[in-house]
Amino acid sequence: MAWRTMWRALRDGPATEPAPAADPLLAESLAARLHAAAQRRLGRGLAIRQVDSGSCNGCELEIHMLGSIVYDLERLGLRFVASPRHADVLLVTGPVTRNMHDALLRSWAATPDPKFVVAVGDCAIDGGVFKGSTAIIGGIDAAVPVDAFVRGCPPTPAAILEVLCTLIEANTPPPERVRRI
Amino acid sequence: MNARTLLLTATAEACAPVPRRHLTGSQWAAFVTALTQDSSLELRAMWADGVSVYTIFLAPEDGTVIFASVSVELGLYQALSPARPSAVLYERMIHDLWGHTAADGLDMRPFLDHGNWTATPPLAIRPLPNLTAPEPKEFLPAEGEGLHRIPVGPVHAGIIEPGHFRFTAQGEIIVRLEARLGYLHKGTLGLMQGKSPRVAARFAARLSGDSTVAHAIAFARAAEAAAHVLPPPRAEALRCVFAEIERIANHLGDIGGIINDAAFALMQARFVWHREHLLRATETAFGHRLMMDAVVPGGVSVDLAPGGEDTIIQALDTLAAEWDALLATYDNSASLADRVVSTGTLSASLAASFAPGGFIGRASGQAADLRRVPGYGHYRDIDVEMPVLTAGDVDARVRIRMAEVVESARLLRHILPRLPEGALLERLDAVSGEGLGWAEGFRGDIWHWVRVEGGQIAAAFMADPSWRQWPLLEVAVEGNIVADFPLCNKSFNCSYSGVDL
Repeated sequence: MAWRTMWRALRDGPATEPAPAADPLLAESLAARLHAAAQRRLGRGLAIRQVDSGSCNGCELEIHMLGSIVYDLERLGLRFVASPRHADVLLVTGPVTRNMHDALLRSWAATPDPKFVVAVGDCAIDGGVFKGSTAIIGGIDAAVPVDAFVRGCPPTPAAILEVLCTLIEANTPPPERVRRI
Repeated sequence: MNARTLLLTATAEACAPVPRRHLTGSQWAAFVTALTQDSSLELRAMWADGVSVYTIFLAPEDGTVIFASVSVELGLYQALSPARPSAVLYERMIHDLWGHTAADGLDMRPFLDHGNWTATPPLAIRPLPNLTAPEPKEFLPAEGEGLHRIPVGPVHAGIIEPGHFRFTAQGEIIVRLEARLGYLHKGTLGLMQGKSPRVAARFAARLSGDSTVAHAIAFARAAEAAAHVLPPPRAEALRCVFAEIERIANHLGDIGGIINDAAFALMQARFVWHREHLLRATETAFGHRLMMDAVVPGGVSVDLAPGGEDTIIQALDTLAAEWDALLATYDNSASLADRVVSTGTLSASLAASFAPGGFIGRASGQAADLRRVPGYGHYRDIDVEMPVLTAGDVDARVRIRMAEVVESARLLRHILPRLPEGALLERLDAVSGEGLGWAEGFRGDIWHWVRVEGGQIAAAFMADPSWRQWPLLEVAVEGNIVADFPLCNKSFNCSYSGVDL
């Protein structure tokens, strides 16, 4: 029995896949934003609060997969938290509906500074297919400032993970700072 | 006269594949009265346009689909909710979107309208500017000693859609739950007007992302019926493939999610791994993990990629290889059984009166499945076997899902090697007409209706089964502890976006 388990583990390897590489350009601009604001560094770990401000739940399905054994978000220092009060990053999906506008603003206000907003999905960029509806106010940046967008309808978990990894990269203290400590 | 005979006296309007019986106000009132004595007709969907209210009934015994409408007179129509309590949410939605009031309705509080829209009612012939400030939401009372209220949402602790849950609890026990939705209202129906069915299909595919295929199929069938076009056989068979993959993928995610809510992370890890594996196979075979926009009016927009069949069969094989071990773990884990057995019970009698469809219905004695009765498309040529349980608890809903995964995998293995050759898409001419389409999504029965004028959509509706499932969730959690709500909620997994429109 034990041999069979060992053989299977050797044959299949771990279910979790290597993390994607960060996009250097985006990392640089995000790091610059953090630096310019002269905000206290958060350290490598990032707490993420997901807010659905009008999505069709397609993006939620894929964000859900990030927590799965295949992507295993937590090994990268990323974790989903239950309240915006505990979050560094708001991961927002969907266009902003008029009925969710207030809840999104409150979630944003409840998130302590410094904070990042990542808009996930085509709807989050400019309303997507729902652009022009009187029931929405637009993409996420019509309500709160956005730091990074993830394209796709819905974006694949790998695409979302790539932007989140980039955020960590930008969030890692630069080497000279480490030496001073 | 019984309800069905009454309908035959009404005018038949042209609608394919089922003629629409249009009733005057007094005929409708007589029909509603007759329905109180007649439980053979199940309410399956209800909506409106500027001048009429539309309803779909299904007679489960013989599979007859009945499509009836009533003229709205001076903004009023006789409420259906006294005869069919499942009509309450539909009536509230109709009032919010079109402004028609259900006379003698059981509950006329707003549902989708939170007072934030710029013009109301948004789909009325002449909406008026909304100049009043939003009012605080009103919830049903629950009074007694030691009761307290717990407001939850719209932003929840997990990664789920927004909605407000108002619990009234006595200590740990839920006395009453009320779900207030509408947060995701995107004005989808209004956006569809004036567009061609081909363009509007993108909205059907985004009503509820997890049912993107099923909603797209129902919409495409409605648009094809209106244009009197039949999709090519290969397209019909591919639609079945898409739909069954979607069903398996959603059930795998749901089973894992439910079990995870009972703190059994090992099984969740395996089920979700299989889900990811299947989604990747789907991307290889059809170019998109969730197959969004793969179904279009007239057929399908994507063919099976070379080698795609093997990739999907391999994913199913991998699942089948581990399936018995997963099932044994589920059966032999006392801590899991302790959480799911007799939790969130939905009685068979309540399920019978609401006809929720899907795994919720099948776990509570309701055999309804549109693939079997009345059937549609490629399913008319194949047999679909569905078990029915009567326990109605979380465990029964998990077991029905497991059985559906096995059956859907069997269907895929049957259909994939026998895909007919030929074209994928039939042209839809810019004609006028009215059409009804249905499909069995992973949640249950989906109904779409379109009225096309000169190739453009004049009016449309997309009915998710969640309309009849949300009220049952509210009842099923009564008497359970607050901590078991996530477990119950996940086992129902009703769509928020699907009803918020």
